[in-house]
Amino acid sequence: MYHTGNLVKDLAEKHGRKRESLMPILQDIVRKYNYLTDDAMVDVATELDISAAEVYGTASFYTFLDTKPRGKNIIRVCKTITCSMKGKNDIINSIEDILKIKVGETTPDKMFTLLETNCIGWCHKAPAILINDMPYTDLTPETVIDVIKGYMRK
Amino acid sequence: MKNKGLSKVDLIFESIDVREVLTKAFAMTSEEIIQQILESGLKGRGGAGFPTGLKWKYTAAEKEPEKYIVCNADEGEPGTFKDREILDKVSYKVYGGMAIAGKAMGAKKGFIYLRGEYRFLLPQLYVELHKFHKLIREIGYDFNIEYRMGSGAYICGEESALFESIEGFRGEPRNKPPYPTTSGLFYKPTSINNVETLVTAIMIMKMGGAEYVKLGTKDSRGSKVFSISGDTPIPGIFELELGMGVQEFVNEFGDGDTKAVQVGGASGFCVPRKKFGETMIGFEGVPTGGSMKLFNSSRSMYNVLHNYLEFFTEESCGQCTPCRVGCQQLLLGIEKVKKGEAKSTYLNELVKLADTMKVASKCGLGQSVGNAFRSIVENFREEVIY
Repeated sequence: MYHTGNLVKDLAEKHGRKRESLMPILQDIVRKYNYLTDDAMVDVATELDISAAEVYGTASFYTFLDTKPRGKNIIRVCKTITCSMKGKNDIINSIEDILKIKVGETTPDKMFTLLETNCIGWCHKAPAILINDMPYTDLTPETVIDVIKGYMRK
Repeated sequence: MKNKGLSKVDLIFESIDVREVLTKAFAMTSEEIIQQILESGLKGRGGAGFPTGLKWKYTAAEKEPEKYIVCNADEGEPGTFKDREILDKVSYKVYGGMAIAGKAMGAKKGFIYLRGEYRFLLPQLYVELHKFHKLIREIGYDFNIEYRMGSGAYICGEESALFESIEGFRGEPRNKPPYPTTSGLFYKPTSINNVETLVTAIMIMKMGGAEYVKLGTKDSRGSKVFSISGDTPIPGIFELELGMGVQEFVNEFGDGDTKAVQVGGASGFCVPRKKFGETMIGFEGVPTGGSMKLFNSSRSMYNVLHNYLEFFTEESCGQCTPCRVGCQQLLLGIEKVKKGEAKSTYLNELVKLADTMKVASKCGLGQSVGNAFRSIVENFREEVIY
């Protein structure tokens, strides 16, 4: 859980209070807090003067606008065909081993969430993952551990 | 069917003096610009292949004072990654293409819808955008571009779903007609073009439609950026002249053991080895938005099909029944056949379902699931069953 404080108001000032402001506002909240709480969505609905159901309905359509609690670093492993052919499962095994969580879970310290995702556009450098916004490509079960360790130190 | 063989071209990534091309284009009338694009024979590079000149002509003909140019950078088709490279390397040409489109159609405002997976590019894209806005002001023209981000939804690459998303709604496709040229973003006349199409347009303005039309074939003019992946020793991004056959392509990019090429991504067609020689890449054969995936004999085409169907089941927006339920049933169906829980003839029923989805689905997603399904089931039936 988190408290958005003045964030939603500030974002409404920045992006406006029209319906088309909704996506940029939700995206900015997720960039800061990793997911959307019910309270945050109600705040957004109040600011934009629309129903909270409209906000939830829109957010829940988009994979990257999570409405479930997520860790600080969201790891998304590409599972589409080329990455799948080039060893996606080995990459997941490596990450599961080092973080001691399964796909879909978050570490107890809320630092990492491990998810699978559809094609992220790095098929020529498969297997590939996204951590938050950053892509990591041409991974091996060994190099992905170095990448994760880099985030553990941050 | 004339096969031109395989030849590399460098138009999309070539550096150009944008100021010069824009100054030349802005001195022309709307009709003159559209005439150049029509003459070039350019078809949309996102995959659907609608003639760009016509799209511009229809949008230009609308009397509405407010119009939009939208650049579709929601590149989500599995196996496609060329738009990312284009934005990464030559975003100034994308912006230039949008300004020329704006001049041709009388639009002052452009939006680029960039998929969330490419957000890491945004800081450098803004640096180039600031330079572009400065350049436009110096030339004395009024055109403004804004970015809008996607949030991980393949369907938002469908034009009307993309408009819904920019407007702040679920990315659910609209009924057509009306088409975007009359009622698009914010229900105003809109020309929505793929990233590569806009860069091709600026190159056509530079070299002239009559020169560009010399490249390619009658149905597939010009060159195209291909995203090549799978079982190939040289995966990557290559610009090639249109008019080559799948065989030439495999000779160049295969690993010597290629058994199938998936042309056009998960929504495209699977070409088996025995048809390499007779199949052209392009609108006279198998069209592609750039995605070319090679599979060698170590791969199970059942796994490939299963992966695609999982993809579509997850990415279907769920709005229309043929697509929502159809994708799920195709996936369950091939699993049943594989496990021996359904007879192999059940595949024929599934092909009928895929054909029904083609005519009954609301948008291109549901309509094209049958492409991969039919071409894999027909050509690799044994692999799907046993």
